[in-house]
Amino acid sequence: MIKSSLIHIGRYFLMLKEVFSRMTKWKIMKQLIFKEIDDLIIGSLGIVCFLSFFVGGVVAIQTALNLTNPLIPKYLIGFATRQSVILEFSPTFISIIMAGKMGSFITSSIGTMRVTEQIDALEVMGINSLNYLVFPKLIAVSLYPFVIGISMFLGILGGWFGGVMGNFVTSEQFIVGLQDTFIPFHVVYAFIKTAIFGFLLASIPAYFGYYMKGGALEVGKASTTAFVWTSVAIIVSNYILTSLLLSK
Amino acid sequence: MIEVQDIVKSFDGTQVLKGISTVFETGKTNLIIGQSGSGKTVFLKTLLGIHRHDSGRILFDGRVYSSLSKTEKRDLRTEIGMVFQGSALFDSMTVEENIAFPLRMFTNKSNKEIMLRVNEVIDRVKLIDANKKKPAEISGGMQKRVAIARAIVNNPKYLFCDEPNSGLDPKTAIVIDNLIQEITHEYGITTIINTHDMNSVLEIGEHIIFLKNGVLAWSGNHKEIIHTDNEDVVDFVYSSDLFNMVRDAIRHMDKKKTKKELKNREQE
Ligand SMILES: Nc1ncnc2c1ncn2[C@@H]1O[C@H](COP(=O)(O)OP(=O)(O)OP(=O)(O)O)[C@@H](O)[C@H]1O
Ligand SMILES: [Mg+2]
Repeated sequence: MIKSSLIHIGRYFLMLKEVFSRMTKWKIMKQLIFKEIDDLIIGSLGIVCFLSFFVGGVVAIQTALNLTNPLIPKYLIGFATRQSVILEFSPTFISIIMAGKMGSFITSSIGTMRVTEQIDALEVMGINSLNYLVFPKLIAVSLYPFVIGISMFLGILGGWFGGVMGNFVTSEQFIVGLQDTFIPFHVVYAFIKTAIFGFLLASIPAYFGYYMKGGALEVGKASTTAFVWTSVAIIVSNYILTSLLLSK
Repeated sequence: MIEVQDIVKSFDGTQVLKGISTVFETGKTNLIIGQSGSGKTVFLKTLLGIHRHDSGRILFDGRVYSSLSKTEKRDLRTEIGMVFQGSALFDSMTVEENIAFPLRMFTNKSNKEIMLRVNEVIDRVKLIDANKKKPAEISGGMQKRVAIARAIVNNPKYLFCDEPNSGLDPKTAIVIDNLIQEITHEYGITTIINTHDMNSVLEIGEHIIFLKNGVLAWSGNHKEIIHTDNEDVVDFVYSSDLFNMVRDAIRHMDKKKTKKELKNREQE
């Protein structure tokens, strides 16, 4: 178990090195990047917007329902929504969901290419298949923080909607809460996390797709394995980044 | 011409290729035959450089593959066309885009020039009404044609085919075989084909090597394979009664022919 994990980790880093060497012709790479942006980024916007709005609403309602002490000011609902959405919900929770959506798409599309010898076909032509397949995905996920930015906005909007529509808080109170003790570094922290999660989201599933063996059944298995490892990597790096960046 | 000198290849300590030497001549269809697991695919992939051989030498028209620099290797790769067992078409691209791919990747031709060449090749392999379709939307036989078209579009010097007619009906299989042979002769390509289709062996086997457990056990051509007494070959090729009968019939006819010829000569 430990040994095989170490082998995976070693091969993962060797793969990354290969991804950035022997570049594919730029004219073709450009098209590949646009296609990946379309598939990975634009294709994820719908579900991310939907989830963010509703979960933001639930966060606000839950906070309101638990504020039974009349001494605690109502604007805390806005404050709590902002903090949980920006610090954890949007960067981490959405990334775990993306590990399922984007990740399984990446693993299965690369895995299918492996199984049907399309990767061999690229290699035989003298193309660096890792660069051709993985590099455009890594460039595309550099836009992932924008997705999370939108998610944060909609999460807070959802919180406002849930709070105000449920008559838990007035719009003014909620906005006061949003502005209360705002620490800009929290946003920086959230986006640093997001950028790293985005990289993991594309590279780990790509690894499991690229190095898979077997047939169609194994493609499915590889997608599941990739999801587990991507989630673990996100959770662990979340812990490390939080202790490095926030705790003093 | 591809010269193979004493190639050894092993996986995890087990030798799969145990020292194979042969010559694949230019303008000929060279066949590799042998039982499942005898190492045909490994041999082909070793020639292609997908697997690295443990020892021995491979010469592409005098160029020793393993001592080429990285760029030379890449240039050599662009001279190779490969038809994979499962066609290995890029399923996100249309038929046309698949065939154009090597040109877009390795030449600086304009779009117009590329499409001209693509249509030329499409005509050559007789692909009708498929340009804008995705590989999943066409039949297996058509996929093979697309794969051949993609392999030859950039005028390769070497053409490799791994079981090009597996999964095809006998008639289509013969059409594909003939297509490959015609192209080989027409453009003077060094073609190597992996097969266990006896039809192909008898039809297009201009040079045949027979692998058994990673050893080259016999070589010859489609005429010689009928007359050989090599037990392994006979055992493999004539494993069905039908082929045995065909073999006996041909041998019988050939004997008659030679007798007649002898007589004719005596009379003269
Ligand atoms: N990547 C690999 N790693 C380890 N062993 C391998 C690998 N590829 C092939 N082998 C072994 O090499 C031997 C020859 O396999 P190969 O695929 O060349 O057979 P083949 O002659 O092409 O058979 P078939 O007609 O079924 O395609 C087999 O015993 C196989 O298990
Ligand atoms: Mg094989």
